[in-house]
Amino acid sequence: MVRKLCFLTSTLGMKYLMGASGLIWVGFVMAHMLGNLLLFVSAEAYNVYGHNLTSGNIIYLVEGALIFSLSAHVIQGILLTLKNRKAKGTQYHVQAAGNKKTPWASRTMIFHGTIILFFVIYHLITFKFGTYYSVIINGTEMRDLYRLVVEVFSNPVYVVGYAICLLLLTAHLSHGVASMFQSFGFNNRAHDKKIRMVGLVYAFIVGGGFLIQPIYVYFLN
Amino acid sequence: MASTKAKILNLVLKVWRQSGPKSEGKFVEYPAKGISTDASFLEMLDAVNEHIIADGGDPIVFDHDCREGICGSCGFMIDGQAHGPLRSTTVCQLHMRHFNDGDKIVLEPWRAQSFPIIKDLMVDRTALDRVVSSGGYVSVNTGCAQDGNSIPIRKRDADEAFEAATCIGCGACVASCKNASAMLFTGAKVSHLALLPQGQIEREERVLNMVAQMDKEGFGACSNTGACSASCPKDIDLTTIARLNREFVKATVNKHNTDQKLGDG
Repeated sequence: MVRKLCFLTSTLGMKYLMGASGLIWVGFVMAHMLGNLLLFVSAEAYNVYGHNLTSGNIIYLVEGALIFSLSAHVIQGILLTLKNRKAKGTQYHVQAAGNKKTPWASRTMIFHGTIILFFVIYHLITFKFGTYYSVIINGTEMRDLYRLVVEVFSNPVYVVGYAICLLLLTAHLSHGVASMFQSFGFNNRAHDKKIRMVGLVYAFIVGGGFLIQPIYVYFLN
Repeated sequence: MASTKAKILNLVLKVWRQSGPKSEGKFVEYPAKGISTDASFLEMLDAVNEHIIADGGDPIVFDHDCREGICGSCGFMIDGQAHGPLRSTTVCQLHMRHFNDGDKIVLEPWRAQSFPIIKDLMVDRTALDRVVSSGGYVSVNTGCAQDGNSIPIRKRDADEAFEAATCIGCGACVASCKNASAMLFTGAKVSHLALLPQGQIEREERVLNMVAQMDKEGFGACSNTGACSASCPKDIDLTTIARLNREFVKATVNKHNTDQKLGDG
């Protein structure tokens, strides 16, 4: 006799959904970071890239998928945190130290996750819905996003704020990427260390790749 | 027989005292004087209790049985660490030589909503028994011991099944987990039977039922912090949780397909 259990509302299913919705953003942040590296090529390359990306209908599909997966990730994150806090009940008087201590990033996912969420919203307000400067490249009128980027990152407050948020994103990914494999069940003893390494390297490539951009723009000017 | 290197320690214990499941608890400090470094942690507590009893007080209640590190009865938090500071050790096998003279040691019971406190440092862990009885068994009669190698089992599977089977069900994984998740425990039980031939018949039913029971008991989800495995006196590997996830997805998909076929027929 098998008991009735809904996959998606089970503890394991919730983590599966958490990983699946996170996976879409794991891919997105890498693509976003790589595309933005055109900043180092030229203002023209950067603007043309942005223009090509947003002209066409496929962008709406991608944006839809991103909004959907982020919402699922946030909702699952909140539900899991509430469930886990209820399961724990009382906290310990003393926290584990020494060789039974756990990695900081793994304990604080909801904390950096929340900050990253607000950062994403603020980031969209600053750039996507920010000042519209116009430029004509090869006879085509397009948005001069490069000018906005240079303008925003000439302010040291923005640079420092971005750096902090990007470090938290690195921490989030350093735990999240490897944990996704674990939640999906794609982990075993032979590959455990390699998967953790892949997660760490991925986090540092994305975080580092993003981080050098505001710093470069700030010191360039 | 005391070793010649034994030293004497004077300690202070800060112990969680709670007279019953519903009563309010609080920390109380007790001196632990003249403790030999050769004593085990539980022997040290026995000595402290002798003094408390002599003074007409109520001794500190803690769970214990074999005191050999194999039964899974003992366990509480020592300075925020399940079974104390040493890895791969139950609290009964932890010795006082790992502490220093003058140390103040904080003792707390396992904390989890699914582990109600019975008294002081003793908690009710029958939630784990109910998880096991929901599927952690085989219903085939395997008879007497087989001739060696009459049923070939891959060496790696045999080793991993055996390692998973060393789980003594002490509950340190649940206690050390910030989410009070029982996934290392359930993962060990599922791994142990899923890797062996006699566990195949109920393989899918087992994982579905054990996860259902685990959720019903109110245990939390896995955040993959690794606290459980670090606290496990038997070093159950974190990858047993990945196997639990894998088995659960496979069983869910197969059950869905079977249900549909039955529905069509």
